[in-house]
Amino acid sequence: MDRVPILKIGDILLVSIQIDLQDQSVLALQEDLAERIVTTGARGVIIDITAVEIVDSFIGRMFATIASMSRLLDAETVVVGMRPAVAITLVELGLSLGGVRTALDLEKGLVLLNSRGVSRTAKALRDLR
Amino acid sequence: MTQSGSAGQARIAQLLAEHRDDVLGRWVDEVGSSVRGRITERELRQELGELYELVTRQAAEGGGGAAAEELRPVLADLSRSRARQGFSPTETAISIFALKQAVFAVLEDATEADAEAYREFVLFSKVLDDLGLHTFETFAAAREQVITDQAESLLELSTPVVKLWDGIVAVPLIGTLDSARTQVVMETLLQTLVETGSSYAVIDITGVAAVDTEVAQHLLKTVVAARLMGAECVISGIRPQIAHTIVTLGIEFADIVTKATLADALAHALRESGVELVIGGRG
Repeated sequence: MDRVPILKIGDILLVSIQIDLQDQSVLALQEDLAERIVTTGARGVIIDITAVEIVDSFIGRMFATIASMSRLLDAETVVVGMRPAVAITLVELGLSLGGVRTALDLEKGLVLLNSRGVSRTAKALRDLR
Repeated sequence: MTQSGSAGQARIAQLLAEHRDDVLGRWVDEVGSSVRGRITERELRQELGELYELVTRQAAEGGGGAAAEELRPVLADLSRSRARQGFSPTETAISIFALKQAVFAVLEDATEADAEAYREFVLFSKVLDDLGLHTFETFAAAREQVITDQAESLLELSTPVVKLWDGIVAVPLIGTLDSARTQVVMETLLQTLVETGSSYAVIDITGVAAVDTEVAQHLLKTVVAARLMGAECVISGIRPQIAHTIVTLGIEFADIVTKATLADALAHALRESGVELVIGGRG
């Protein structure tokens, strides 16, 4: 089973999904993510789904689950880079992902989290320059 | 074509080959008089000359050979181009049927008009009828294609997505919204959001004559889809009657921002994206 890597930038966790998600990897991702949020004390999670072309209702619900789970752990979740076709599919499936924040791309997602007072990442990114 | 066909057309084939210039000349004259002015004589002569070769070969081979197979695509091309040039189907079919008259005239002149020759001619004219019908069919199909293409481009033209400001796009909807059209609107809007990286979209329905539950449903879907991608939609241009209809129908626009005019919607989107509007220009 493929595991989705979780990257850490400052106090934001970045999950970039590059594979066709199987139900098993989704469940593993949820577990890994919860663990990483606790161990790193992350304040924000960005899920980048630019490479995802096909979604089903199960994966749609996964975003909602991850969002409410990380909210419990005091981290804000942003889903970024959703393709038009994917968005249309989710709407047709009747999933509106209530409670999940979205942004057009990774950059806008970072801005969104930073404007929400996740300031340590902004500082870390500034220090990198 | 049957065996009798192949045997029966021997004399016609011979006639076609021997009196090529005569028959072709008559044919070109005949067709030329029906399409006068829209195709030059030279072009016509070339087109029909090509066809003539194939018809001659087909008559010689008896209808089942390679020439018959070559003939149909050539004929199809001819009628397709006629369809695009705006000829009527009759004018197109006459291009084939006129050959009958040309052959008949030459047949009368050239041979002692015996029963055998006429029997052959009937067979030959049957083959030509077949080809004529084929042009009809291709003609109709080509016209159908033209109509489909036009409808498609009309659909695309009628749903432009315009950029109002950096990061703000608008879709002015005009006319009647149906499922197909809303689908196109949704797809082009979402695609433009991705391409331009715009976070705000204004859907302006000033030009929409009527809003029913179906149209409202489609609008809602578009807004939700855009939101899933991380963009906010503002619906503007809601006229008093439409506001009335929406409320009477009990449609809930929930937490979607709606504005009366496109200007209001633009101001809202600018404000939300952090642009400060200063009236008077001096700050």
